[in-house]
Amino acid sequence: MDVSQPWATAAEIAAAVTSGRTSALAVTEAALARITELNPTLNAFTAVTAQRARTRAGAIDALRGKRPPGPLAGVPFAVKNLFDIAGLATVAGSKINRAHPPAPKDSPLIERLEAAGAVLVGALNMGEYAYDFTGENIHDGPSRNPHDLARMTGGSSGGSGGAVAGGLVPIALGSDTNGSIRVPSSLCGIFGLKPTYGRLTRARSFPFVASLDHLGPFARSVRDLALAYDVMQGPDADDPACAQRATEPATPVLERGIEGLRIAVAGGYFRQGAFPEALKAIDLVAKALGAVEEIEIPQAHRARAAAYVITATEGAALHLDRLRKQARDFDPAVRDRLIAGAMVPSTLVVKAQKFRRWYRERVLELFTRCDVILAPATPCTAPKIGQQNFMLGGAELPVRANMGLYTQPISFIGLPVVAVPVPLQPLPIGVQIITAPWREDIALRVAYALEQMGAVAAPRPSLKPSLKVPA
Amino acid sequence: MAIPPDQLDEFIAAAARALEIPLDPEWKPAVKSNLDVTLKHAAVVAEFEMPDDAEPAPIFKA
Repeated sequence: MDVSQPWATAAEIAAAVTSGRTSALAVTEAALARITELNPTLNAFTAVTAQRARTRAGAIDALRGKRPPGPLAGVPFAVKNLFDIAGLATVAGSKINRAHPPAPKDSPLIERLEAAGAVLVGALNMGEYAYDFTGENIHDGPSRNPHDLARMTGGSSGGSGGAVAGGLVPIALGSDTNGSIRVPSSLCGIFGLKPTYGRLTRARSFPFVASLDHLGPFARSVRDLALAYDVMQGPDADDPACAQRATEPATPVLERGIEGLRIAVAGGYFRQGAFPEALKAIDLVAKALGAVEEIEIPQAHRARAAAYVITATEGAALHLDRLRKQARDFDPAVRDRLIAGAMVPSTLVVKAQKFRRWYRERVLELFTRCDVILAPATPCTAPKIGQQNFMLGGAELPVRANMGLYTQPISFIGLPVVAVPVPLQPLPIGVQIITAPWREDIALRVAYALEQMGAVAAPRPSLKPSLKVPA
Repeated sequence: MAIPPDQLDEFIAAAARALEIPLDPEWKPAVKSNLDVTLKHAAVVAEFEMPDDAEPAPIFKA
């Protein structure tokens, strides 16, 4: 395996760097060259930290023969541009934050990945302030789907989806408040992990909705996803929501298989409105796992409604001062949603938070009867860039607000999910593997088993720098 | 709680004043449309009966 080629996995790169078959610097140069070649087409990166990456790679190579360079030795990665990167302003997809001073320190998740030997190569495009499911950005232009450049990556972690699916990096980080890891994973045909709420520290990342914000990794293989996840775990006093919980590594248990696991398929709400391709994907995954039981997640539509309300109002509270003073500098689509959110009476928000606890208790009861619940990740494959509306369950609805139909009722109560890509033609689509809180290990085991069976895989797009970006 | 769409303009104008958000008239249709959708979602939640002692989800730990 030539680990300088774009489809090398993080595990293969780390093994080659650790054994001395290649150097971290050579891998880094190959990644930087691929980014230079393809980013004008994909628009995944908003900043490339080339000098920093070369310095870091050189330091890893200098360790050879002295101490082990770490489980991600020489692995290039990039982060959604809401993560603090020392020396860069944390723009969070906005124009407004470009005036912020450079971040003094890296996000702890970057620090933890680099402590494991990984090499940061840049910051990634995203929907403004993460209030988006499309991957479009009015200031930086849209992220483009590597499988069809005229189509959306999904968002808000759009650059993360495009960079990993396009083979620019094997690992990227994103955030997920309502589906912003799982939606781009689905539309770009890659693996994404939204861990349990409170599992990974959110310190030194630009927030959106404190009640619902999660951070997590993307990758093209389950092992890579688990490797990145494992090294990022651990408590952090700088994030009040981060659990005081010891690291629970998933990599060592990946190969345990699915025997003994009770796997059910979410029915009712999670089949309504789904396009045929979403139903086909979930049926394929269920069949591969031998899952026949259908389970009803109670009041899922209300959970989605409550997540919608909490998002609109907490997001508005976060941005209220900017809405007062700099409203014209927002993406109008984000601004108008946030202004509306500011006007929602607070009594209704408290109701939504009360319902959240009720719903959590009901859903946790389901996990006494099953270990895994399968659900679609998105209602459809990637829509065209610029597409405003789609038909969902007989109603014409905005794409921007509704791609998270199936992800919102799950992140609403912080359940861990691995989004797995089903390589349908012409476009891939994802399925959510949902488990009880703190059981990321089970979701990753199931994803790994599916990958071994060939039921899920990250398809490799044909990308050439000469490809014309659609007007 | 759902406000009939024909009464939302008044509500939006009052709320913008209370919140000190300068609202360009051109933005009002989109704000109105978004507020209408959000309030409908809120109504779906609010109509669900819960006991008086139902605790909200976030717990502050001193």
